[in-house]
Amino acid sequence: MSPTKKLAATAAFLASVLVAVPWAIAATGRNDLYYTLTSVALLSIASAGVWLTFYIGRINIGQGAYALIGGYTSAILVVDYGVSFWLTLPIAGLFCAAASVLIGLPILRLRGVYFAMVTLVLTEVARLLALALPITHGASGMVSIPAPGAIRLFGVTLVPDFATLQNPRLAFYIVSVVLMALCYAGLYRLVHSRMGRLCLSLQQNEELASSIGVNIAWLRVVAYAISSFLGGIGGAMFAAIAQSIYPSSFTVTDSVNFMLNCFLGGLGYVFGPMIGTFVLYFGWDFLFQTGEYQLLIYSSLLIALMLFLPNGLLSLRPAAKKRG
Amino acid sequence: MTQLLQVSQVTKRFGGLVAVNDVSFSVAEGEIVSVIGPNGAGKSTLFKVISSFLKPTAGEVRFRGERISGLAPHIVARKGVVRTFQETTIFRGMTVRDNVIIAHHLRSKANLAGFFVGSATARRDEAEFGRSADQILNFLDLGAIKNEVASTLPHGLLRALGIAIGLATDPTVLLLDEPFAGMNHAETKRAVELVRAVRERGVTVLLVEHDMVAVMRISDRIVVLNFGLKIAEGTPAEIQCNPKVIEAYLGSEDETIGLLP
Repeated sequence: MSPTKKLAATAAFLASVLVAVPWAIAATGRNDLYYTLTSVALLSIASAGVWLTFYIGRINIGQGAYALIGGYTSAILVVDYGVSFWLTLPIAGLFCAAASVLIGLPILRLRGVYFAMVTLVLTEVARLLALALPITHGASGMVSIPAPGAIRLFGVTLVPDFATLQNPRLAFYIVSVVLMALCYAGLYRLVHSRMGRLCLSLQQNEELASSIGVNIAWLRVVAYAISSFLGGIGGAMFAAIAQSIYPSSFTVTDSVNFMLNCFLGGLGYVFGPMIGTFVLYFGWDFLFQTGEYQLLIYSSLLIALMLFLPNGLLSLRPAAKKRG
Repeated sequence: MTQLLQVSQVTKRFGGLVAVNDVSFSVAEGEIVSVIGPNGAGKSTLFKVISSFLKPTAGEVRFRGERISGLAPHIVARKGVVRTFQETTIFRGMTVRDNVIIAHHLRSKANLAGFFVGSATARRDEAEFGRSADQILNFLDLGAIKNEVASTLPHGLLRALGIAIGLATDPTVLLLDEPFAGMNHAETKRAVELVRAVRERGVTVLLVEHDMVAVMRISDRIVVLNFGLKIAEGTPAEIQCNPKVIEAYLGSEDETIGLLP
Protein backbone atom coordinates (compact mmCIF):
# COMPACT_ATOMS: atom_id res chain seq x y z
CA MET A 1 0.00 0.00 0.00
CA SER A 2 1.19 3.49 -0.76
CA PRO A 3 1.74 5.89 2.16
CA THR A 4 -1.25 8.04 1.15
CA LYS A 5 -3.52 5.02 0.98
CA LYS A 6 -2.27 3.85 4.36
CA LEU A 7 -2.92 7.26 5.87
CA ALA A 8 -6.41 7.36 4.35
CA ALA A 9 -7.23 3.88 5.64
CA THR A 10 -6.01 4.81 9.13
CA ALA A 11 -8.01 8.03 9.13
CA ALA A 12 -11.15 6.22 7.92
CA PHE A 13 -10.73 3.58 10.62
CA LEU A 14 -10.22 6.15 13.39
CA ALA A 15 -13.15 8.25 12.17
CA SER A 16 -15.47 5.26 12.16
CA VAL A 17 -14.54 3.97 15.62
CA LEU A 18 -14.15 7.34 17.33
CA VAL A 19 -16.97 9.29 15.66
CA ALA A 20 -19.35 7.06 13.71
CA VAL A 21 -19.74 4.34 16.36
CA PRO A 22 -20.46 6.74 19.28
CA TRP A 23 -22.88 8.62 17.05
CA ALA A 24 -24.69 5.45 16.01
CA ILE A 25 -24.89 4.32 19.64
CA ALA A 26 -26.28 7.68 20.72
CA ALA A 27 -28.83 7.56 17.90
CA THR A 28 -30.03 4.04 18.76
CA GLY A 29 -29.63 4.33 22.52
CA ARG A 30 -27.77 1.01 22.68
CA ASN A 31 -25.42 2.10 25.46
CA ASP A 32 -24.66 -1.53 26.33
CA LEU A 33 -22.73 -1.86 23.09
CA TYR A 34 -19.99 0.32 24.57
CA TYR A 35 -19.12 -2.40 27.03
CA THR A 36 -19.07 -5.05 24.30
CA LEU A 37 -16.94 -2.97 21.93
CA THR A 38 -14.56 -1.97 24.72
CA SER A 39 -14.10 -5.64 25.55
CA VAL A 40 -13.41 -6.42 21.90
CA ALA A 41 -10.78 -3.65 21.75
CA LEU A 42 -9.00 -4.87 24.89
CA LEU A 43 -9.17 -8.55 24.02
CA SER A 44 -7.79 -7.77 20.59
CA ILE A 45 -4.78 -6.05 22.21
CA ALA A 46 -4.01 -9.23 24.13
CA SER A 47 -4.66 -11.27 20.97
CA ALA A 48 -2.19 -9.10 19.05
CA GLY A 49 0.46 -10.29 21.50
CA VAL A 50 -0.45 -13.92 20.86
CA TRP A 51 -0.28 -13.23 17.14
CA LEU A 52 3.29 -11.99 17.49
CA THR A 53 4.34 -15.24 19.17
CA PHE A 54 2.69 -17.10 16.30
CA TYR A 55 4.77 -14.96 14.00
CA ILE A 56 8.00 -16.33 15.48
CA GLY A 57 6.60 -19.84 15.11
CA ARG A 58 5.32 -20.51 18.63
CA ILE A 59 1.78 -21.53 19.61
CA ASN A 60 1.01 -19.42 22.67
CA ILE A 61 -1.91 -20.56 24.84
CA GLY A 62 -0.74 -18.63 27.88
CA GLN A 63 -1.76 -15.04 27.27
CA GLY A 64 -4.44 -15.31 29.99
CA ALA A 65 -1.62 -15.54 32.54
CA TYR A 66 -0.18 -12.19 31.50
CA ALA A 67 -3.60 -10.55 31.30
CA LEU A 68 -4.19 -11.73 34.86
CA ILE A 69 -0.76 -10.57 36.06
CA GLY A 70 -1.28 -7.20 34.35
CA GLY A 71 -4.72 -6.80 35.88
CA TYR A 72 -3.47 -7.59 39.38
CA THR A 73 -0.37 -5.41 39.05
CA SER A 74 -2.50 -2.40 38.17
CA ALA A 75 -5.20 -3.16 40.75
CA ILE A 76 -2.73 -3.71 43.62
CA LEU A 77 -0.83 -0.52 42.80
CA VAL A 78 -4.02 1.54 42.58
CA VAL A 79 -5.82 0.10 45.64
CA ASP A 80 -2.99 -0.69 48.05
CA TYR A 81 -0.43 1.93 47.08
CA GLY A 82 -2.58 4.73 45.70
CA VAL A 83 -0.69 5.00 42.43
CA SER A 84 -2.49 6.73 39.56
CA PHE A 85 -4.08 4.23 37.19
CA TRP A 86 -2.48 5.85 34.16
CA LEU A 87 0.93 5.18 35.64
CA THR A 88 0.06 1.59 36.51
CA LEU A 89 -0.93 0.84 32.92
CA PRO A 90 2.63 0.92 31.49
CA ILE A 91 3.99 -0.55 34.75
CA ALA A 92 1.65 -3.53 34.38
CA GLY A 93 2.84 -4.02 30.81
CA LEU A 94 6.50 -3.76 31.76
CA PHE A 95 6.06 -6.05 34.75
CA CYS A 96 4.52 -8.68 32.47
CA ALA A 97 7.32 -8.22 29.95
CA ALA A 98 9.92 -8.70 32.70
CA ALA A 99 8.13 -11.79 34.00
CA SER A 100 7.92 -13.18 30.49
CA VAL A 101 11.65 -12.78 29.98
CA LEU A 102 12.29 -14.95 33.05
CA ILE A 103 9.66 -17.49 31.99
CA GLY A 104 10.54 -17.29 28.31
CA LEU A 105 14.28 -17.88 28.61
CA PRO A 106 13.85 -21.56 29.49
CA ILE A 107 10.56 -22.38 27.74
CA LEU A 108 11.18 -20.64 24.39
CA ARG A 109 13.72 -23.34 23.62
CA LEU A 110 10.75 -25.66 23.19
CA ARG A 111 8.94 -25.81 19.88
CA GLY A 112 5.59 -26.88 18.53
CA VAL A 113 3.21 -28.73 20.79
CA TYR A 114 5.70 -28.76 23.70
CA PHE A 115 5.79 -24.98 23.93
CA ALA A 116 2.01 -24.89 23.57
CA MET A 117 1.53 -27.32 26.48
CA VAL A 118 3.81 -25.35 28.79
CA THR A 119 2.05 -22.07 28.01
CA LEU A 120 -1.30 -23.75 28.60
CA VAL A 121 -0.16 -24.55 32.13
CA LEU A 122 1.01 -20.94 32.69
CA THR A 123 -2.54 -19.59 32.88
CA GLU A 124 -3.45 -22.17 35.50
CA VAL A 125 -0.29 -21.38 37.46
CA ALA A 126 -1.15 -17.68 37.39
CA ARG A 127 -4.69 -18.41 38.65
CA LEU A 128 -3.38 -20.58 41.50
CA LEU A 129 -0.80 -17.93 42.41
CA ALA A 130 -3.53 -15.30 42.54
CA LEU A 131 -5.44 -17.59 44.92
CA ALA A 132 -2.48 -18.31 47.15
CA LEU A 133 -0.43 -15.12 47.39
CA PRO A 134 -1.33 -12.75 50.26
CA ILE A 135 -0.78 -9.67 48.08
CA THR A 136 -3.60 -10.62 45.67
CA HIS A 137 -6.24 -10.91 48.45
CA GLY A 138 -7.05 -14.56 47.63
CA ALA A 139 -10.27 -15.98 46.23
CA SER A 140 -12.39 -12.91 46.99
CA GLY A 141 -10.24 -10.95 44.54
CA MET A 142 -10.13 -7.17 44.53
CA VAL A 143 -13.33 -5.20 44.18
CA SER A 144 -14.30 -1.53 44.07
CA ILE A 145 -11.11 -0.50 42.34
CA PRO A 146 -11.41 3.29 42.01
CA ALA A 147 -11.99 4.62 38.49
CA PRO A 148 -8.98 6.14 36.72
CA GLY A 149 -8.23 9.62 38.00
CA ALA A 150 -7.47 12.77 36.06
CA ILE A 151 -4.24 13.46 34.18
CA ARG A 152 -3.09 17.02 34.72
CA LEU A 153 -0.08 18.59 33.13
CA PHE A 154 0.96 22.12 34.20
CA GLY A 155 -2.50 22.68 35.66
CA VAL A 156 -4.26 21.71 32.43
CA THR A 157 -6.61 18.74 32.69
CA LEU A 158 -5.75 16.43 29.81
CA VAL A 159 -7.97 13.55 30.90
CA PRO A 160 -10.78 14.19 33.39
CA ASP A 161 -11.36 12.04 36.46
CA PHE A 162 -13.47 9.09 35.24
CA ALA A 163 -15.52 9.11 38.47
CA THR A 164 -16.89 12.55 37.64
CA LEU A 165 -17.90 11.69 34.09
CA GLN A 166 -21.51 11.49 33.00
CA ASN A 167 -20.82 8.65 30.62
CA PRO A 168 -17.74 6.73 31.82
CA ARG A 169 -18.58 3.95 29.37
CA LEU A 170 -17.91 6.25 26.45
CA ALA A 171 -14.63 7.37 28.07
CA PHE A 172 -13.48 3.78 28.60
CA TYR A 173 -14.46 2.97 25.04
CA ILE A 174 -12.43 5.87 23.65
CA VAL A 175 -9.39 5.04 25.77
CA SER A 176 -9.52 1.36 24.82
CA VAL A 177 -9.95 2.03 21.11
CA VAL A 178 -7.09 4.52 21.12
CA LEU A 179 -4.91 1.98 22.94
CA MET A 180 -5.88 -0.65 20.39
CA ALA A 181 -5.08 1.66 17.48
CA LEU A 182 -1.68 2.50 18.98
CA CYS A 183 -0.91 -1.15 19.62
CA TYR A 184 -1.81 -2.23 16.10
CA ALA A 185 0.02 0.68 14.51
CA GLY A 186 3.12 -0.33 16.47
CA LEU A 187 2.69 -3.97 15.56
CA TYR A 188 2.20 -3.13 11.89
CA ARG A 189 5.35 -1.05 11.86
CA LEU A 190 7.26 -3.78 13.70
CA VAL A 191 6.20 -6.51 11.29
CA HIS A 192 6.98 -4.39 8.25
CA SER A 193 10.39 -3.36 9.53
CA ARG A 194 13.46 -5.55 9.67
CA MET A 195 12.39 -7.04 12.99
CA GLY A 196 9.33 -8.53 11.28
CA ARG A 197 11.49 -10.11 8.60
CA LEU A 198 13.75 -11.58 11.28
CA CYS A 199 10.72 -12.94 13.16
CA LEU A 200 9.53 -14.51 9.93
CA SER A 201 12.95 -16.07 9.36
CA LEU A 202 12.65 -17.56 12.84
CA GLN A 203 9.21 -18.91 12.05
CA GLN A 204 10.42 -20.57 8.87
CA ASN A 205 13.77 -21.99 9.91
CA GLU A 206 15.56 -21.29 13.17
CA GLU A 207 18.71 -23.19 12.21
CA LEU A 208 19.16 -21.23 9.01
CA ALA A 209 18.36 -18.00 10.83
CA SER A 210 21.13 -18.60 13.33
CA SER A 211 23.54 -19.57 10.55
CA ILE A 212 23.04 -16.16 8.93
CA GLY A 213 23.90 -14.54 12.23
CA VAL A 214 20.50 -13.97 13.84
CA ASN A 215 20.62 -14.24 17.62
CA ILE A 216 17.56 -16.45 17.73
CA ALA A 217 17.42 -16.86 21.51
CA TRP A 218 17.44 -13.09 22.02
CA LEU A 219 14.90 -12.39 19.28
CA ARG A 220 12.51 -15.03 20.64
CA VAL A 221 12.64 -13.49 24.10
CA VAL A 222 12.12 -9.95 22.75
CA ALA A 223 9.09 -11.02 20.70
CA TYR A 224 7.66 -12.91 23.68
CA ALA A 225 8.23 -9.91 25.97
CA ILE A 226 6.37 -7.61 23.57
CA SER A 227 3.60 -10.17 23.38
CA SER A 228 3.30 -10.33 27.17
CA PHE A 229 3.51 -6.54 27.45
CA LEU A 230 0.38 -6.34 25.30
CA GLY A 231 -1.31 -9.02 27.43
CA GLY A 232 -0.51 -7.04 30.58
CA ILE A 233 -1.84 -3.76 29.14
CA GLY A 234 -5.05 -5.45 28.05
CA GLY A 235 -5.52 -7.08 31.46
CA ALA A 236 -4.80 -3.87 33.40
CA MET A 237 -7.33 -1.90 31.36
CA PHE A 238 -9.88 -4.67 31.81
CA ALA A 239 -9.51 -4.59 35.58
CA ALA A 240 -9.99 -0.83 35.55
CA ILE A 241 -13.20 -1.05 33.55
CA ALA A 242 -14.68 -3.94 35.51
CA GLN A 243 -13.39 -2.17 38.67
CA SER A 244 -12.58 -5.63 39.96
CA ILE A 245 -10.28 -8.56 39.40
CA TYR A 246 -10.52 -12.17 40.57
CA PRO A 247 -8.24 -15.19 40.16
CA SER A 248 -10.80 -16.42 37.63
CA SER A 249 -10.93 -13.16 35.63
CA PHE A 250 -8.72 -14.75 32.98
CA THR A 251 -8.80 -18.52 32.72
CA VAL A 252 -7.53 -21.16 30.32
CA THR A 253 -10.65 -20.55 28.23
CA ASP A 254 -9.56 -16.95 27.71
CA SER A 255 -6.07 -18.07 26.74
CA VAL A 256 -7.56 -20.43 24.19
CA ASN A 257 -9.82 -17.67 22.90
CA PHE A 258 -6.89 -15.30 22.39
CA MET A 259 -5.32 -17.99 20.24
CA LEU A 260 -8.55 -18.69 18.36
CA ASN A 261 -8.90 -14.98 17.58
CA CYS A 262 -5.58 -15.14 15.78
CA PHE A 263 -6.46 -18.30 13.89
CA LEU A 264 -9.83 -16.94 12.85
CA GLY A 265 -8.53 -13.59 11.63
CA GLY A 266 -5.50 -15.02 9.90
CA LEU A 267 -1.97 -15.70 11.11
CA GLY A 268 -0.46 -14.02 8.07
CA TYR A 269 -2.11 -10.66 8.64
CA VAL A 270 -1.28 -8.08 11.29
CA PHE A 271 -4.94 -7.08 11.59
CA GLY A 272 -6.05 -10.71 11.72
CA PRO A 273 -6.39 -10.87 15.51
CA MET A 274 -8.44 -7.64 15.57
CA ILE A 275 -10.95 -8.97 13.03
CA GLY A 276 -10.88 -12.38 14.69
CA THR A 277 -11.66 -10.97 18.14
CA PHE A 278 -14.50 -8.86 16.76
CA VAL A 279 -16.13 -11.72 14.83
CA LEU A 280 -15.62 -14.29 17.56
CA TYR A 281 -16.98 -12.04 20.33
CA PHE A 282 -20.02 -10.88 18.39
CA GLY A 283 -20.54 -14.32 16.86
CA TRP A 284 -20.74 -15.87 20.32
CA ASP A 285 -23.16 -13.18 21.52
CA PHE A 286 -25.25 -13.50 18.40
CA LEU A 287 -25.56 -17.26 18.83
CA PHE A 288 -26.95 -16.67 22.33
CA GLN A 289 -30.41 -16.74 20.78
CA THR A 290 -29.94 -20.40 19.88
CA GLY A 291 -30.02 -21.28 23.58
CA GLU A 292 -28.71 -24.72 24.44
CA TYR A 293 -27.32 -25.18 20.94
CA GLN A 294 -25.03 -22.14 21.25
CA LEU A 295 -21.82 -24.03 21.93
CA LEU A 296 -22.60 -26.76 19.39
CA ILE A 297 -23.21 -24.33 16.52
CA TYR A 298 -20.31 -22.13 17.60
CA SER A 299 -17.76 -24.95 17.65
CA SER A 300 -19.07 -26.48 14.40
CA LEU A 301 -18.69 -23.12 12.69
CA LEU A 302 -15.16 -22.74 14.02
CA ILE A 303 -14.17 -26.19 12.78
CA ALA A 304 -15.68 -25.45 9.37
CA LEU A 305 -13.88 -22.10 9.17
CA MET A 306 -10.53 -23.67 9.97
CA LEU A 307 -11.12 -26.38 7.38
CA PHE A 308 -12.18 -24.09 4.57
CA LEU A 309 -10.30 -20.91 5.46
CA PRO A 310 -7.03 -22.13 6.95
CA ASN A 311 -5.46 -18.73 6.36
CA GLY A 312 -8.16 -16.91 8.26
CA LEU A 313 -10.97 -14.52 7.44
CA LEU A 314 -8.66 -11.90 5.98
CA SER A 315 -7.63 -14.29 3.20
CA LEU A 316 -11.13 -13.59 1.81
CA ARG A 317 -10.17 -10.05 0.87
CA PRO A 318 -10.42 -9.76 -2.90
CA ALA A 319 -6.95 -8.27 -3.21
CA ALA A 320 -5.56 -10.49 -0.46
CA LYS A 321 -1.83 -10.32 -0.72
CA LYS A 322 0.28 -12.72 1.24
CA ARG A 323 1.55 -11.18 4.46
CA GLY A 324 -0.37 -8.04 3.56
CA MET B 1 49.84 -18.53 3.19
CA THR B 2 48.03 -17.71 6.43
CA GLN B 3 46.04 -20.43 8.08
CA LEU B 4 42.50 -19.17 8.35
CA LEU B 5 40.78 -22.12 9.93
CA GLN B 6 42.48 -24.65 12.15
CA VAL B 7 40.83 -27.85 13.27
CA SER B 8 42.94 -29.31 16.07
CA GLN B 9 42.45 -32.78 17.50
CA VAL B 10 38.69 -32.59 17.32
CA THR B 11 36.83 -35.52 18.83
CA LYS B 12 33.06 -35.85 19.01
CA ARG B 13 31.42 -38.67 20.93
CA PHE B 14 27.72 -39.52 21.02
CA GLY B 15 27.41 -41.81 24.02
CA GLY B 16 29.65 -44.75 23.18
CA LEU B 17 29.95 -43.87 19.51
CA VAL B 18 33.00 -41.91 18.43
CA ALA B 19 31.78 -40.05 15.35
CA VAL B 20 34.91 -37.94 14.89
CA ASN B 21 38.19 -39.11 16.37
CA ASP B 22 41.14 -36.77 16.89
CA VAL B 23 40.93 -35.01 13.51
CA SER B 24 43.29 -32.14 12.70
CA PHE B 25 43.75 -30.11 9.54
CA SER B 26 43.79 -26.50 8.50
CA VAL B 27 42.48 -24.33 5.70
CA ALA B 28 44.49 -21.48 4.25
CA GLU B 29 43.06 -18.23 2.95
CA GLY B 30 41.64 -18.51 -0.57
CA GLU B 31 41.72 -22.31 -0.66
CA ILE B 32 39.03 -24.78 -1.60
CA VAL B 33 39.35 -27.72 0.78
CA SER B 34 37.08 -30.77 0.71
CA VAL B 35 36.34 -33.30 3.41
CA ILE B 36 35.36 -36.65 1.93
CA GLY B 37 34.73 -40.16 3.16
CA PRO B 38 32.38 -43.10 2.80
CA ASN B 39 28.93 -43.07 4.40
CA GLY B 40 29.09 -42.75 8.18
CA ALA B 41 32.68 -41.54 8.14
CA GLY B 42 31.79 -38.59 10.39
CA LYS B 43 31.85 -35.88 7.72
CA SER B 44 28.59 -34.26 8.70
CA THR B 45 29.42 -34.35 12.41
CA LEU B 46 32.76 -32.69 11.75
CA PHE B 47 30.99 -30.10 9.64
CA LYS B 48 28.57 -29.31 12.46
CA VAL B 49 31.45 -29.01 14.91
CA ILE B 50 33.30 -26.56 12.64
CA SER B 51 30.18 -24.41 12.19
CA SER B 52 29.63 -24.64 15.96
CA PHE B 53 26.22 -26.29 15.69
CA LEU B 54 27.79 -29.05 17.83
CA LYS B 55 30.32 -28.74 20.64
CA PRO B 56 33.39 -30.97 20.27
CA THR B 57 33.96 -33.50 23.07
CA ALA B 58 37.66 -32.70 22.88
CA GLY B 59 39.88 -30.49 20.75
CA GLU B 60 39.01 -27.14 19.25
CA VAL B 61 38.43 -25.14 16.09
CA ARG B 62 40.23 -21.85 15.64
CA PHE B 63 39.45 -19.07 13.19
CA ARG B 64 42.26 -16.56 12.68
CA GLY B 65 43.84 -17.95 15.82
CA GLU B 66 40.73 -17.37 17.90
CA ARG B 67 38.85 -20.30 19.38
CA ILE B 68 35.35 -20.56 17.88
CA SER B 69 34.24 -24.01 18.98
CA GLY B 70 31.67 -23.77 21.75
CA LEU B 71 30.41 -20.35 20.68
CA ALA B 72 26.77 -19.95 19.57
CA PRO B 73 26.31 -20.47 15.79
CA HIS B 74 25.18 -16.87 15.22
CA ILE B 75 28.36 -15.55 16.84
CA VAL B 76 30.52 -17.80 14.66
CA ALA B 77 28.58 -16.50 11.65
CA ARG B 78 29.25 -12.92 12.78
CA LYS B 79 32.96 -13.68 12.87
CA GLY B 80 32.80 -14.75 9.22
CA VAL B 81 32.43 -18.54 9.26
CA VAL B 82 29.08 -19.26 7.61
CA ARG B 83 27.56 -22.61 6.72
CA THR B 84 25.01 -23.73 4.17
CA PHE B 85 22.80 -26.75 4.71
CA GLN B 86 22.71 -30.24 3.29
CA GLU B 87 18.97 -30.45 2.93
CA THR B 88 17.29 -27.71 1.05
CA THR B 89 17.09 -25.50 4.09
CA ILE B 90 15.78 -22.11 3.03
CA PHE B 91 13.05 -19.69 4.12
CA ARG B 92 10.35 -21.51 2.18
CA GLY B 93 7.57 -18.96 2.43
CA MET B 94 9.63 -16.00 1.23
CA THR B 95 10.53 -15.02 -2.30
CA VAL B 96 14.01 -15.80 -3.57
CA ARG B 97 14.97 -12.14 -3.28
CA ASP B 98 13.63 -11.84 0.27
CA ASN B 99 15.62 -14.93 1.24
CA VAL B 100 18.79 -13.19 0.14
CA ILE B 101 17.84 -9.80 1.58
CA ILE B 102 17.17 -11.21 5.05
CA ALA B 103 20.55 -12.95 4.92
CA HIS B 104 22.14 -9.48 4.79
CA HIS B 105 21.22 -9.16 8.46
CA LEU B 106 24.88 -9.24 9.54
CA ARG B 107 25.74 -6.27 7.38
CA SER B 108 23.15 -3.92 8.83
CA LYS B 109 24.52 -0.78 10.42
CA ALA B 110 21.23 0.35 11.90
CA ASN B 111 19.80 -1.43 14.95
CA LEU B 112 16.28 -2.84 15.19
CA ALA B 113 14.95 0.35 16.77
CA GLY B 114 16.38 2.27 13.82
CA PHE B 115 14.53 -0.01 11.43
CA PHE B 116 11.37 0.39 13.50
CA VAL B 117 11.32 4.19 13.22
CA GLY B 118 12.76 4.13 9.71
CA SER B 119 15.95 6.10 10.42
CA ALA B 120 18.19 7.33 7.60
CA THR B 121 20.77 4.61 8.31
CA ALA B 122 18.06 1.97 8.21
CA ARG B 123 16.73 3.23 4.87
CA ARG B 124 20.26 3.28 3.46
CA ASP B 125 20.74 -0.27 4.70
CA GLU B 126 17.51 -1.46 3.07
CA ALA B 127 18.43 0.09 -0.25
CA GLU B 128 21.94 -1.32 -0.06
CA PHE B 129 20.66 -4.82 0.81
CA GLY B 130 18.29 -4.76 -2.16
CA ARG B 131 21.10 -3.80 -4.53
CA SER B 132 23.48 -6.35 -3.09
CA ALA B 133 20.83 -9.10 -3.20
CA ASP B 134 20.16 -8.38 -6.88
CA GLN B 135 23.87 -8.48 -7.57
CA ILE B 136 24.32 -11.84 -5.82
CA LEU B 137 21.28 -13.29 -7.57
CA ASN B 138 22.55 -12.21 -10.97
CA PHE B 139 25.96 -13.60 -10.10
CA LEU B 140 24.40 -17.00 -9.41
CA ASP B 141 22.05 -16.79 -12.44
CA LEU B 142 19.00 -16.58 -10.20
CA GLY B 143 17.99 -13.09 -11.33
CA ALA B 144 15.16 -14.33 -13.53
CA ILE B 145 13.37 -16.11 -10.69
CA LYS B 146 13.99 -13.64 -7.89
CA ASN B 147 10.30 -12.98 -7.29
CA GLU B 148 9.27 -16.63 -7.12
CA VAL B 149 8.35 -18.07 -3.74
CA ALA B 150 11.26 -20.27 -2.69
CA SER B 151 9.15 -23.36 -1.93
CA THR B 152 8.21 -23.66 -5.62
CA LEU B 153 11.80 -23.95 -6.90
CA PRO B 154 13.35 -27.18 -8.23
CA HIS B 155 16.18 -28.88 -6.38
CA GLY B 156 19.18 -27.47 -8.25
CA LEU B 157 18.03 -23.88 -7.94
CA LEU B 158 17.40 -24.33 -4.22
CA ARG B 159 21.01 -25.38 -3.78
CA ALA B 160 22.12 -22.24 -5.59
CA LEU B 161 19.78 -20.20 -3.40
CA GLY B 162 21.41 -21.76 -0.35
CA ILE B 163 24.77 -20.55 -1.60
CA ALA B 164 23.29 -17.11 -2.33
CA ILE B 165 22.06 -16.93 1.28
CA GLY B 166 25.53 -17.86 2.46
CA LEU B 167 27.19 -15.26 0.25
CA ALA B 168 24.82 -12.55 1.42
CA THR B 169 26.30 -12.74 4.90
CA ASP B 170 29.64 -11.65 3.40
CA PRO B 171 31.55 -14.65 4.78
CA THR B 172 35.29 -15.11 5.06
CA VAL B 173 34.91 -18.89 5.06
CA LEU B 174 31.89 -20.53 3.46
CA LEU B 175 31.16 -24.05 4.68
CA LEU B 176 29.22 -25.98 2.05
CA ASP B 177 27.42 -29.14 3.18
CA GLU B 178 27.27 -31.58 0.24
CA PRO B 179 26.72 -28.92 -2.43
CA PHE B 180 26.58 -31.50 -5.24
CA ALA B 181 24.35 -34.14 -3.61
CA GLY B 182 21.50 -35.34 -5.79
CA MET B 183 22.66 -33.44 -8.84
CA ASN B 184 22.99 -34.86 -12.33
CA HIS B 185 26.12 -34.50 -14.42
CA ALA B 186 25.23 -31.16 -16.00
CA GLU B 187 24.05 -29.66 -12.72
CA THR B 188 27.22 -30.77 -10.96
CA LYS B 189 29.35 -29.21 -13.66
CA ARG B 190 27.56 -25.93 -13.25
CA ALA B 191 27.78 -26.10 -9.45
CA VAL B 192 31.52 -26.76 -9.61
CA GLU B 193 31.95 -23.61 -11.69
CA LEU B 194 29.81 -21.76 -9.22
CA VAL B 195 31.96 -22.78 -6.25
CA ARG B 196 35.04 -21.69 -8.18
CA ALA B 197 33.40 -18.34 -8.88
CA VAL B 198 32.66 -17.98 -5.16
CA ARG B 199 36.34 -18.46 -4.46
CA GLU B 200 37.16 -15.82 -7.09
CA ARG B 201 35.18 -13.40 -4.93
CA GLY B 202 37.79 -13.93 -2.23
CA VAL B 203 35.81 -16.41 -0.16
CA THR B 204 37.60 -19.43 1.29
CA VAL B 205 35.58 -22.61 0.80
CA LEU B 206 35.46 -25.74 2.94
CA LEU B 207 33.10 -28.37 1.63
CA VAL B 208 31.92 -31.75 2.75
CA GLU B 209 31.03 -33.95 -0.17
CA HIS B 210 30.16 -37.40 -1.41
CA ASP B 211 30.61 -36.87 -5.13
CA MET B 212 34.25 -37.83 -5.70
CA VAL B 213 34.38 -36.72 -9.31
CA ALA B 214 33.33 -33.19 -8.44
CA VAL B 215 35.65 -33.09 -5.44
CA MET B 216 38.65 -34.15 -7.52
CA ARG B 217 37.88 -31.47 -10.03
CA ILE B 218 37.39 -28.61 -7.62
CA SER B 219 39.62 -29.03 -4.56
CA ASP B 220 43.04 -27.61 -3.84
CA ARG B 221 43.37 -30.09 -1.01
CA ILE B 222 41.33 -33.01 0.23
CA VAL B 223 40.92 -34.47 3.72
CA VAL B 224 39.70 -38.09 3.81
CA LEU B 225 37.81 -39.46 6.80
CA ASN B 226 36.94 -43.06 7.54
CA PHE B 227 35.23 -44.28 10.73
CA GLY B 228 35.82 -40.85 12.24
CA LEU B 229 39.58 -40.90 11.68
CA LYS B 230 41.56 -38.82 9.22
CA ILE B 231 43.21 -41.36 6.96
CA ALA B 232 44.73 -39.06 4.36
CA GLU B 233 45.26 -35.44 3.38
CA GLY B 234 46.71 -34.03 0.18
CA THR B 235 46.13 -32.75 -3.32
CA PRO B 236 43.61 -34.54 -5.54
CA ALA B 237 46.47 -36.29 -7.37
CA GLU B 238 47.96 -37.53 -4.09
CA ILE B 239 44.61 -38.69 -2.77
CA GLN B 240 43.80 -40.63 -5.94
CA CYS B 241 46.75 -42.96 -5.53
CA ASN B 242 46.79 -43.15 -1.74
CA PRO B 243 46.46 -46.86 -0.86
CA LYS B 244 44.55 -46.14 2.35
CA VAL B 245 41.93 -44.17 0.46
CA ILE B 246 41.59 -46.86 -2.17
CA GLU B 247 41.17 -49.42 0.58
CA ALA B 248 38.50 -47.36 2.31
CA TYR B 249 36.59 -47.12 -0.91
CA LEU B 250 37.37 -50.73 -1.90
CA GLY B 251 34.51 -52.35 -3.67
CA SER B 252 33.50 -49.07 -5.27
CA GLU B 253 33.67 -48.71 -9.01
CA ASP B 254 36.86 -46.97 -10.11
CA GLU B 255 34.80 -44.24 -11.63
CA THR B 256 33.18 -43.24 -8.33
CA ILE B 257 36.55 -42.50 -6.76
CA GLY B 258 37.53 -40.47 -9.77
CA LEU B 259 40.23 -42.82 -11.01
CA LEU B 260 38.71 -42.71 -14.45
CA PRO B 261 37.77 -39.47 -16.15
